[in-house]
Amino acid sequence: MKTYSPTGILAARSGYRINLVGLVSFFVVLFWALVALFAPYIAPHSVGEMVDLDYFGPMRPGLWLGSDYLGRDMLSRVIFGARYTVGISLAAVSIACFTGVVLGMTSAVLRGPVDMVVSRLLDALNSIPSKLFGLMVVAAVGSSIPVLILTLSVIYVPGAYRFSRALAVNIDTMDFVMVARIRGEKLPYLIGSEILPNILGPVLADLGLRFVFIVLLLSGLSFLGLGVQPPYADWGALVRENIGGLPFAAPAVIVPSLAIATLTISVNLLIDNLPQKIRDRSAS
Amino acid sequence: MKSRVPSLILGRLLIALVTLTIVSFAVFFATTMLPGDTAMILLGQSATPEAVAGLRAAMHLDEPALLRFLYWIGGLFQGDLGTSYANQMPVTTLIADRLANTLKLAGLTTLVTVPLALTLGITAAMWRGTLYDRIVTIATIGVISVPEFVLATLAVLVFAVYLKWLPALSFTYQVDSFSGLLRVYAMPVITLTFVVSAQMIRMSRAAVIETLNTPYVEMALLKGASRPRMVLRHALPNALGPIANAVALSLSYLVGGVIIVETIFNYPGIAKLMVDGVSTRDLPLIQSCAMIFCFGYLLLITTADIVAILSNPRLR
Repeated sequence: MKTYSPTGILAARSGYRINLVGLVSFFVVLFWALVALFAPYIAPHSVGEMVDLDYFGPMRPGLWLGSDYLGRDMLSRVIFGARYTVGISLAAVSIACFTGVVLGMTSAVLRGPVDMVVSRLLDALNSIPSKLFGLMVVAAVGSSIPVLILTLSVIYVPGAYRFSRALAVNIDTMDFVMVARIRGEKLPYLIGSEILPNILGPVLADLGLRFVFIVLLLSGLSFLGLGVQPPYADWGALVRENIGGLPFAAPAVIVPSLAIATLTISVNLLIDNLPQKIRDRSAS
Repeated sequence: MKSRVPSLILGRLLIALVTLTIVSFAVFFATTMLPGDTAMILLGQSATPEAVAGLRAAMHLDEPALLRFLYWIGGLFQGDLGTSYANQMPVTTLIADRLANTLKLAGLTTLVTVPLALTLGITAAMWRGTLYDRIVTIATIGVISVPEFVLATLAVLVFAVYLKWLPALSFTYQVDSFSGLLRVYAMPVITLTFVVSAQMIRMSRAAVIETLNTPYVEMALLKGASRPRMVLRHALPNALGPIANAVALSLSYLVGGVIIVETIFNYPGIAKLMVDGVSTRDLPLIQSCAMIFCFGYLLLITTADIVAILSNPRLR
């Protein structure tokens, strides 16, 4: 995209400027990442320990986020829940995007029958609604964390594939790729050194979006009781087990819902407000 | 010039058919890969080996998976969906009422969503860049990035706990009066409306803005047409196709939404039946429900594509 206004040129020159919304959402994301990383050091109580005589206790000093349906400390449970929600989603999105992007670039470079077959198969996979796919896998093999990670990544491979293939097809028509081809470079070099560096920005932005989808789906499955299983609990499972507190607006059901919302909304806003230079890297 | 539309539509239908076949393949094999002997599960622990062997033969369990798949598909076409493991009833009887309930829920949501979302989406595009547009855009991003059950939880908090307008969970199914109808459907429909209309607003806004960027709309602006006239008379007729496409596409979000909403509100629909089936591992039931959902989803997506083809004058 070209801008001709003086301010536009200035912004383009400095390149990596980010606006306020982007900055705020960046810090929210960073906050949850740190919480997930250092959970054992910041949680005031153990996850399973019953510290309150009452259940669905209100917020008060000592139990800053109230207590859950068994009188356990909600703050500690949310802090540890961050580990499962962020950790599982991050693992799943990494597998999904790695597989999808490698397949996408390969299809774009090889074209022909490989492209045809892979595209058709992944399209078919894409036309199974994601929640339904998750339900079926859980029905078939039961729910465990490795199964969840694998299922979530399989569901989001087609999206990553389609996106990166579309970008890679554009790069593939450029002269420098042609030169590399004539030079006799092999497939790994072509996709790794010629195409990937030129689509990296948008691919990373897409990874962020897919991370949001995965968090949503994982929370949804856990909420249905088909995701993370007790004694572990991610945020979706926390909402599920405390849903009984809803009629009297217990913090135990509101806080994990808000935790999910803040994480997903800020990742979305962060990507929307990323500096142009990162988002449009392939457009130049 | 010969029209390309029929061949394009035929091609799209063919792709849908192929996809449906692949999907049914996947559904069948995902659920038959399970450990455990179906005949044994059906007859219980105390069954004699002869009885188990007899049932295995009767259910074609001894035959190769591919043959069983064909039997299953054949049964589907004859309306025979198999027998539920959990309560030995034909799946067809279990599903019939539930499917009607879910369709009612989906229909009501559609009736509420389409006018609401299109009005918001088109007006937001009309006043693009204003405060109103920004509020609508941010609200839709907010709703899209939040899971359905959080929306449902918030809806219950606002309408049932704080405002006390509606009961939190609909356990009564007396739909004999208008207020009864309101009670049963209000919360599920409100939640689903949020989910679907956020998508619909976003897509219809994008569709209208795309037509607003065309030269003939710029022409209308230059000749001095007012903003509403420019949008309603010049842009909208050409955006109808993309908008219809957006409507069909966003209605496909009903499939995911309905699964969560029926569970949280205890609504006796087909999604609730399926989620219950998953916890009891009732495979014939899960297979049938999964096929119904995939079919509905494909139907909406294919409709969206066909509308897009029909509304593109360059293809005529």
